Order: sequence, then structure tokens, then C-alpha cells
Amino acid sequence: MIQADSLHKSFGATQAVQGVSFVARDGEITGLLGPNGAGKTTTLRMLYTLMKPDAGRVLVDGIDAQTHAVEVRKRLGVLPDARGLYRRLSARENIQYFAALQGLSAEQTRARIDLLIKTLAMEDFAERRTEGFSQGERLKTAIARALVHDPRNVVLDEPTNGLDVMATRSLREFLRQLKGEGRCVLFSTHIMQEVAALCDRIVIIAQGRVVAEGSAVELKEQAQEQSLEEAFMKIIGAAAIGGLA
Amino acid sequence: MKASLIVFIKECRESMRDRRVMLNALLLGPILGPVLFVVLLRVTIGHAIERAEKPLPVVVIGAELAPNLIESLKQQGLEVLPPVPDVEAAVRSQSIDLALRITKNYGADWQAGRPAMVELIYDSSAREVSSEADRLRGMLESYSHRNGAMRLLVRGLAPTLTAPLVIATRDQATPQGRGALLFAMLPYFLVLSALVGGMWLAIDSTAGERERQSLEPLLINPVRRDAILLGKTLATSAFSLTSLALSLVAFMIAGWFLPASKLGMTFNLSPTVIVSVLPIMVPLVLLLVNLQILVTSMAKSAREAQTYLGLLQLVPIIPSVILSVLPIKAQNWMYTVPLMSQQLSVTKLLRGESLPVQTVAVGFLITLVAAVIAFWFSKRNYDSERLAIYG
Repeated sequence: MIQADSLHKSFGATQAVQGVSFVARDGEITGLLGPNGAGKTTTLRMLYTLMKPDAGRVLVDGIDAQTHAVEVRKRLGVLPDARGLYRRLSARENIQYFAALQGLSAEQTRARIDLLIKTLAMEDFAERRTEGFSQGERLKTAIARALVHDPRNVVLDEPTNGLDVMATRSLREFLRQLKGEGRCVLFSTHIMQEVAALCDRIVIIAQGRVVAEGSAVELKEQAQEQSLEEAFMKIIGAAAIGGLA
Repeated sequence: MKASLIVFIKECRESMRDRRVMLNALLLGPILGPVLFVVLLRVTIGHAIERAEKPLPVVVIGAELAPNLIESLKQQGLEVLPPVPDVEAAVRSQSIDLALRITKNYGADWQAGRPAMVELIYDSSAREVSSEADRLRGMLESYSHRNGAMRLLVRGLAPTLTAPLVIATRDQATPQGRGALLFAMLPYFLVLSALVGGMWLAIDSTAGERERQSLEPLLINPVRRDAILLGKTLATSAFSLTSLALSLVAFMIAGWFLPASKLGMTFNLSPTVIVSVLPIMVPLVLLLVNLQILVTSMAKSAREAQTYLGLLQLVPIIPSVILSVLPIKAQNWMYTVPLMSQQLSVTKLLRGESLPVQTVAVGFLITLVAAVIAFWFSKRNYDSERLAIYG
């Protein structure tokens, strides 16, 4: 479980995040939805301890991210916005490196990597150097690397960016599988169809604030709209006007 | 510590697959210094030897008036060139370097025992002509002395009468000492090889990793950032030291190809000296690696880092140049200055002198402390939130 409690972060004069609170529960997929520049990536970076919030706090499985950063990182599997691989290492070696840094034994590592290679259908390219990988192959390697330590909580920043339809479908399948295993899955996106198809809970962020929260049905009711897209536009639009005022 | 080891192994493994890193650390770094050095030395030494041994071509006017003199000069290396019409004009226009004119009265004066005149015609402002003129003058003077002594002997007088003063030169420079003057640049070449050896890894592991967007995922692992930094520093140091060690071996081999013995110099580049140079250089290599990493951790891109490191390579040349150009006597405080300390110690070893262990140890420790300080500054950069974020 991941709890964000009134997070604030600014860079110089720019207030990127100003009071974001939400809860992502175990066994659920939570979507962080918002337009570009709404503060999604900054919020996630505070969740996975890359950045310190100016105010507010983050709890992962009840552990404070600021005081116990290392403990929190062990419980998180993170696919950040930056997902560069080491070009001169094979996909397997890339994953092994992170497994070693997570403190896994050689035996655990082999078992986990073999499982992930099978689950993510990476057999064809697992032993190849990552130089020249396709977007999909890259993403799969990055996901396997993020999940090698079998974390309870999974955070993904715009995971479907740059993927074709096939790859997107299989990624959705994989996220549902993670949910089925009882994990807490949190991902950010600016694509409506993603959240509509996947999420149990949707948190809409605009201009660094949470402007609405709930299931797809609840959000449609709240905005009194038939489609989620209309609801989203209405909610975001209201926030924008509010922000301008 | 375990995390540092994991990072160290990964960085080494990845670098060994990188042709650019390997080329720099194992070939370019070690070879660059010795090759530059031998070429430089061959040019300077070879030039001097050539000038001393090669025949001296001189335009001689009136050679037939003094056959004995010309014969004696030929034995000393004179090469007689045929006369030209207006010799003064030819020298002024630099179409000939040096001319010798035997005066009309030479034969008569010689026979009568009067000083017989020969003229040396040259332009002292022209490059290198002065030394040739000096050489010819020396040949003439020795002919003059020899014949003067003969004349005294014939008259029953001791030739020593005309030499009330004897000047004996006793040069106190040991052969190694003379060689080491040329070798004052050697420590810089060692430093250069260490810098070149570590450069690509330093760039690749920080600025490069940031540019390729793999630093953010790396830093999300449950590992302290200074442990990651330490692993990267150790890997860079390993490559840098390998480059230095290979460079020392290359220098040892290069020593065999130097024409140094022809000038009466010997360089002490024996395996013993090579082995003692290495530990003296180790803290300096660590300092340089930490500076490289500090610089690259400030750069926003690999290209920017490369520019900074190019400038950093020029810094260590400063003490080498100062100490090789200015004849400053080694003061004790100099042994406490990183870079200068190693420069002096290595030079002393090459001269075959003994090293004061205490002063070397002080330089060793101070350099090590400087390396730790540089590491601390890199750590501060690593701890900043901005580090992982590219763009």
C-alpha cells in the first residue's frame, strides 16, 4: 500500500506539486491521470524516494519514505520515466545487476529472472546485448529489472509510452496479473483509454493538485457525464479555470 | 561496501566490452607518453650528435696556398667546397653559411715565422651558423697551437712556456643527473597516461549514464549513493592504474631505444626503479580519478564532460614545466604539494638518488587526503536531487 499525504514540491519559483494526497491499495490498480506537466512524474519521484518532498509525507506499507528510504525502496518496484539500459550488457545481465543491488542471492536471482523472462515472453532476446533493442524489448527488460526483487508495490511512470497496440495489450495483461497476485499497482498516464481499461481507482491531477478521485463510475457520476473522457475534460477544465482565477 | 563491489564489477565488465575504453586504458594511455617522449628526446639528442659528427662543409678560397693546413682540417672533418666569386655577398644572402679565406701572404708569412692570416666569413645572426663557425675556429686554433709548439721545440724551448695557465674542467653532473634533466618531463607523461586511462570510464559512468537515462533507475535501488559512487571510483581507478603500470613498462622498454649513452647519460629505468615509482604514484592516481569524477558529475552531458576533462589534462603539466625550465632547488615544502611531490620523488629516483622516506610519506598522505576531499565533493553532487534527472 502506498499513501501520499499532502505532498508539496517546488523547483525555484515553479510549484510542481502543491498538496497531493491519495492512497493506492493492495490488490488494486490505481491510475494517476493528468495532462502533461500536471506534476505526475514529480509526485511519483517523491513516492520512490528520488526526491524529498518540501512538505507532506509518503508511507509505503506504513513505512515512512523519508526516514527509512532504503527500506521503502526494497518494497517498491519502480519503472521510472528514465528507463535507460546498459547497452553492452545483455538483457539478463542488466537484470542481474539490479538483482545484486537488491541483495538477492545468486540462486534467487536465477529463479526470479527465469520466471520474469517467461512471464514477459523475453526468451528470444534475453541473452542478447540491449544495443539495438526495440521499444518493446527495452520496456520488458526495464520492467523485469524493476520487479526482480518481487516487490509488493509496483510504480510505473507512463509505462505504455512509445508502445504499439500489441505491446500495450500485453502490458495491460501483465499489470492485471500483478494485481491478481495481490500487489499494489500504481501507474501514471495521460491516456484516457489506459485508465478506463485498467484502473480500479483513478486519481486525476492537474496543476499539481488532486482534482478528483474515485472509480470510473464515480467520476462519471461526479461530473454528470456519460463518458469518462467527457468527465475528465470537465474536471480538468474546471481546475484550469480555477487555476487561472 | 558490498554494493560498491557490485558496481565495481559491473563497471569493469561493461568497460571491457567497450573498445573505446579499452583502447584508451590499455593502448593509447600507456603508449602515448613513451612514444612522445622518445620522439622528443631523439630529436634533441639526435640533433646534437649529428651536428658534432657530421662533416663541416666550408667554402675555401685559396686552398692551394695552404695545403698542409687544409689537409689537417680535412682530417678534423672539414669538407672543402669550391670557391664562389663574391663570398661576402653570398654569406650575407645566406646562400652559403661559412667561408674560409687564405690570405695572399699566407705562404710567405708562414715561411718567415710571422703570424699568417686566415679569414672566417660568416653571419652570426643566422641560425646555427655560430656553432659551425666555433667548430671551425676550434680546428684552426688546434692547428695553430700544434705548430706553435713545434716551432718552440725546434728552437729548444719547452712548449709549456706559452701556456702559463691550464684549465681543467671537472663537470660534477653524474651521468644520471644529466639524463634526468631531460627526464623532468617524464612524470607528466605518467600522469597523462593515468588521466587518459581513466577518462572514458569517468565520463561513461556518470555523465554518460545520466545522458543514457540509466542513472535514475540505478539510484532507486536500496543502496546508498556514496556506495555507488565508490564503486564507480574504484573501477575508474583500476583502469587508470592499469594504464599507468603499462606506461611504466613501456617507458622501461623505450629506455632501451634511447641514444642516451652516446651523450654519456644513463637513465635509471631499471625494474627496481619502475616498481618503486608505482606506489609513489598511486595516491596521485586516486586524486586524479576523483577529480575526473567530480568534474564529470558536474557536467550535464558526456560531451560537456569531455571538454572539462580535456582542460583537466593540461593542469598537471604546470609543475613539470616549471621544474624542468626553472632550476629551482627542491625545497622541503614542495614535497607536501600533491603532484609536485610525486614529480620531485620520481625525478629523484630516475637520477639514481636516494629518497627521504619521511618526505615521500608526507606527500603520499597529503595527496590521499586531497583525493578523499575530492570524493566528498563528488558525493555532495551525487546526493543532490538534480543528479539523476536529465534535461
